[in-house]
Amino acid sequence: MTSLSRTWLGLAAGATLLALAGTASAQQKEIVIGDQCDRTGPTQIVGTTLCPAMQDYYKLVNFQGGLDGWKIRGDEIDNQYKVPQGIEAYERQKQMGVVMMTLYGTPQTVALNERLEQDHMPTTSPGFGISAAADGTRYPYLFPIAATYWSQAAGAVKFAKDKLGGSLKGKKIAYVYYDNPAGKEPIVILDALQKIEGFQMRTFAVPPPGVELGAQILDITQRFHPDFVIAHLFGRSPSVLIKGLRGAGYPLSHVVGLVWASAEADIAAAGGWGVAEGYNTMQFAGAGDNYPVRQAIKAMYKKEGQNPPDTMKNTVIYNRGVFQAAIQIEAIKNALKISGGKKPTGEQVKAGLEQIHNFTLGGLVPPLQITAADHEGGGWVRIFQVHGGKFVPATGWYRAYRDVVEHAVKTAE
Amino acid sequence: MFYREAGAFKTNYAADMALYPLPITRWAVVATAVLFIVIAPMFFGEYVVSLLNLILIAVVGALGLNILVGYSGQISIGHGAFMSVGAYTAAHLVVALHLPFWVTIPAGGIMAALVGLVVGIPSLRVKGIYLCISTLAAQLIIEWTINHVQWISGGVQASIQIPRPSVFGVALVHERQIYLFLLAFAIIAIVATQNLVRSRIGRAFIAIRDQDIAAEIIGINIFRYKLYAFAISSFYAGVAGALESYYLGIANYEQFQIDVSIDYLAMVIIGGLGSVLGSVFGAVFVTLLPVVTRIVLDSAGRVFFSYSDLLSLVPNLRLVMFGGLIIFFLVVEPDGLNRLWGNIRNYFRMWPFSY
Repeated sequence: MTSLSRTWLGLAAGATLLALAGTASAQQKEIVIGDQCDRTGPTQIVGTTLCPAMQDYYKLVNFQGGLDGWKIRGDEIDNQYKVPQGIEAYERQKQMGVVMMTLYGTPQTVALNERLEQDHMPTTSPGFGISAAADGTRYPYLFPIAATYWSQAAGAVKFAKDKLGGSLKGKKIAYVYYDNPAGKEPIVILDALQKIEGFQMRTFAVPPPGVELGAQILDITQRFHPDFVIAHLFGRSPSVLIKGLRGAGYPLSHVVGLVWASAEADIAAAGGWGVAEGYNTMQFAGAGDNYPVRQAIKAMYKKEGQNPPDTMKNTVIYNRGVFQAAIQIEAIKNALKISGGKKPTGEQVKAGLEQIHNFTLGGLVPPLQITAADHEGGGWVRIFQVHGGKFVPATGWYRAYRDVVEHAVKTAE
Repeated sequence: MFYREAGAFKTNYAADMALYPLPITRWAVVATAVLFIVIAPMFFGEYVVSLLNLILIAVVGALGLNILVGYSGQISIGHGAFMSVGAYTAAHLVVALHLPFWVTIPAGGIMAALVGLVVGIPSLRVKGIYLCISTLAAQLIIEWTINHVQWISGGVQASIQIPRPSVFGVALVHERQIYLFLLAFAIIAIVATQNLVRSRIGRAFIAIRDQDIAAEIIGINIFRYKLYAFAISSFYAGVAGALESYYLGIANYEQFQIDVSIDYLAMVIIGGLGSVLGSVFGAVFVTLLPVVTRIVLDSAGRVFFSYSDLLSLVPNLRLVMFGGLIIFFLVVEPDGLNRLWGNIRNYFRMWPFSY
């Protein structure tokens, strides 16, 4: 035997031993939830805060005694925003016997859509996937739960209308969007509202990766002169837009960013709170620190003798993670009632999700009402304005133009 | 001891031309086929079968890229885009004309081959890294076109849902059913490539790769064969893309972006340029490495870390390990996994009487 083959054997034996050591951990009565995440891929700026927040909420639930004697465990797999890895993660968690899942990433949600139905796997996809999935009769196992891009667009137009004195007749609105399917999705709603409200809209596409917006900003501020700007951007581009509009002297109080252009990281990248002063952000979960559940998580860490994690400072994304996990837990709570305390099945968790209403978690979660027909829960959004170094609520939870959005959901292909 | 090359006498031309001339190789191929066709779907769980499905799709795609990069020496990082061409072509034919899979999948391949022909034209003038950039342009142009031309993308979502393929009226919905479906295509692809590379066309490819001026002097029409290489390679990519859409039930270009092209390039380089078996090894390696490293790190790490720490550690460590292992394998064997396998085989060829 040569020395090389001996090294190989040693490596293999070591790996096997380590693998065996890990699987021998103790088993207890637990319900497993399957989460996908992206902590290392192109959207890691979201994932590295969102997913720890979900784990923190599970920890809090277990810390407070679990659910009817069940411990909750969130199994998380990093899919790196890649589709094959998303499929592998789904199959692995399915084999593990998870009762429900939360997906991460629009391409992954679209790719797995058909399996959910086939496997009766209730799955939430907050902020991901296609808007038409709000229709629970057509997508029975997919729950967008957060306001879809269509609802967000409707909410943005309503906000502009209120801000511009109650009428949009003859006004000009610029729609700046990331040039991918997600970015183009709201256009159909904006087009419909343009006819109803009588405003004039122009679209400005930002090609990926969206780090250079000079031409678009000049076009908007020097040529089009809009009364309001709606921005639907991802990644680095929101900060570039904020900085650019500020530099061009456009009032940021007349700019609203949809949900992925709305986090602390975007403000920081734009040059800080001072630069972004006045910028409006749209949220599907409450922003800021002022919620009982956040205090409870901090108290839990304090009791364990640890400092609360730094991720909590990124309140927008962290709170979205709490929101996602809280909806899962609430659904399982409802499902346990249906199953009589036994481990719930996929159908029971689906029924549990469809019973969620009057669940606000101290204002962090919008007044959702998920039903068998409406898996979006109503499409609630809330605007928080950058003011004095933090996010200040500019509106309450509201929704707008439901007839237009519902018509689009019904007639979607 | 077992691998005997002596004593296999050929008495006619057909035996001499056979794909597997030695009895031992024939038996090994039959045994492998039985293992994957009969035993694997019977004994493996659904999760393992789903991994195999991802590998089979990757095998078809990697074979195609290896024909272009490994056999013909033309570097391409537009493979993902050719896959999306095949995927959308098949999807449109299924949705609009309700054609069965045995029409739509080859049609997807042919459409991708036609696009590949156009993309291959610059290969006559530009070589090496420059050609690489022109295929990168193709990747971006095809992505842009699908994103912006609604009659291709099928709407703003750029995704077209397609029903699962059906064979003799049975819709293939379960992992095991679709496994056999994909396996059939993978076997056809493997055998076709093995035959292609020892044909006149394959030898022309190799001649061009090794020294294109010399190849031209001995009478090979370089332009034609380079275009053949692009067309054949794109055909495989188109078939792989169509297979993936059938597997997922949807065609969506965001599944075939530049990172996919780079993953395929990694497969053929790690597996071994210019070898059929290497493409298979590369597909297995690149598909399974992230999974295996995660499972090992996950279970091993639990001994040392809390679960929430582990969750932030494993994905990052996995990337480090992924890169590290690729470097390790390439340093140990620069010619890829195929050569590593060859070395192991040679070691056992005379075993235990090797010296």
